[in-house]
Amino acid sequence: MEHAISLFFRSIFVDNMIFAFFLGMCSYLAVSKTVKTSLGLGLAVTFVLTVTVPVNYLLQTRVLGEGCLVEGIDLSYLSFILFIGVIAGMVQLVEMTVEKYSPSLYAALGIFLPLIAVNCAIMGASLFMQQRILLDADNTQAITSVCDAVVYGFGSGIGWTLAIVSLGAIREKMQYCDVPRPLQGLGITFIVVGLMAMAMMCFSGLNI
Amino acid sequence: MALFSKQNKEVFTNPLNLDHPILGQVLGICSALAVTSQLKPAIVMGLAVTVITAFSNVIISIIRNTIPNRIRIVVQLVVVAALVTIVSQVLKAYVYDVSVQLSVYVGLIITNCILMGRLEAFAMQNKPWPSFLDGMGNGLGYAMILVIVGAVREFLGRGSLLGFQIIPDACYDWGYINNGMMTMPAMALILVGIVIWVHRAYFYKEK
Repeated sequence: MEHAISLFFRSIFVDNMIFAFFLGMCSYLAVSKTVKTSLGLGLAVTFVLTVTVPVNYLLQTRVLGEGCLVEGIDLSYLSFILFIGVIAGMVQLVEMTVEKYSPSLYAALGIFLPLIAVNCAIMGASLFMQQRILLDADNTQAITSVCDAVVYGFGSGIGWTLAIVSLGAIREKMQYCDVPRPLQGLGITFIVVGLMAMAMMCFSGLNI
Repeated sequence: MALFSKQNKEVFTNPLNLDHPILGQVLGICSALAVTSQLKPAIVMGLAVTVITAFSNVIISIIRNTIPNRIRIVVQLVVVAALVTIVSQVLKAYVYDVSVQLSVYVGLIITNCILMGRLEAFAMQNKPWPSFLDGMGNGLGYAMILVIVGAVREFLGRGSLLGFQIIPDACYDWGYINNGMMTMPAMALILVGIVIWVHRAYFYKEK
């Protein structure tokens, strides 16, 4: 339990997808114009991460790992193709389920869901999870069970949401600022994100 | 059609100037930032992306008329994932230390938006040879930014380039100190912001 809590907070603040690893940057910059759309995309990403990381964890430990399927054969070089297949399939499945059972949520997330299949944060979380399986069990970053994988996926999603919502809020305010013309739009956004990343650096070394 | 007709030349050079994938179209930023703390991984990453973009463009362009429209994204993803797997194995075999440094970012080439963007926007409508040039152009444009940012960060952050000491020891004796901030992730963002500023200032003037 203690391990799960530590993993959760570390994945939000220390190993933040945006500020520490720059994952999901494209949609992060493209969709963060207002707080409302940022929140929508953030929730969709959190949702998909919480589903795909545990599924890929099971795939890695039960099918791809050394000696899981056939004795003495390590299939982990196939992980890229399988993970992206799982993610694309899951996104489709999540989209259909949400559309059927919660039309209002679907209307809110609608356009963002298909985008998520090619969001690097999703693929990145699965690949980091694959690396962390190999760590010692007492390491705070280790993922040793399906429960850990769920916590890691959910925490990373919350961290991503936090980052995109705060950037959305800053960009809403920044419309009233007098930015030099060539720097307007993309340029200044990069510099703002850089300053935010610097601020987030004060969490590094956080231990719970 | 001649191999280097005027049209084909434009296909190759446009991504290096005005239609730059990172600076103009804002594609493929994730990995551009993460691998640039030193020059060597930046160069390897740039080359890997160039090769993968060029060849996935060619493959998709060859089979573009047989792909059913509804499942084209999945087909594209599988082609790219297969190429990335090959490149990742090659990197592990020949430059193991760099492949360890790049860690997950090699796998993340699959979700690099430059690839998907070029496949959707160019390879699905064009013949293999222009698609190859387009892929090369965009890959090299991407590599260019990686090399610029990687060189600045390694030079200011560690005083070296490609691992060789550039700033002489005498400077350190006089009190010069490496800017450790440059090796942090945050500075990559700010440097790319400045590169975009310079790029836009230059091209706005031309217009």
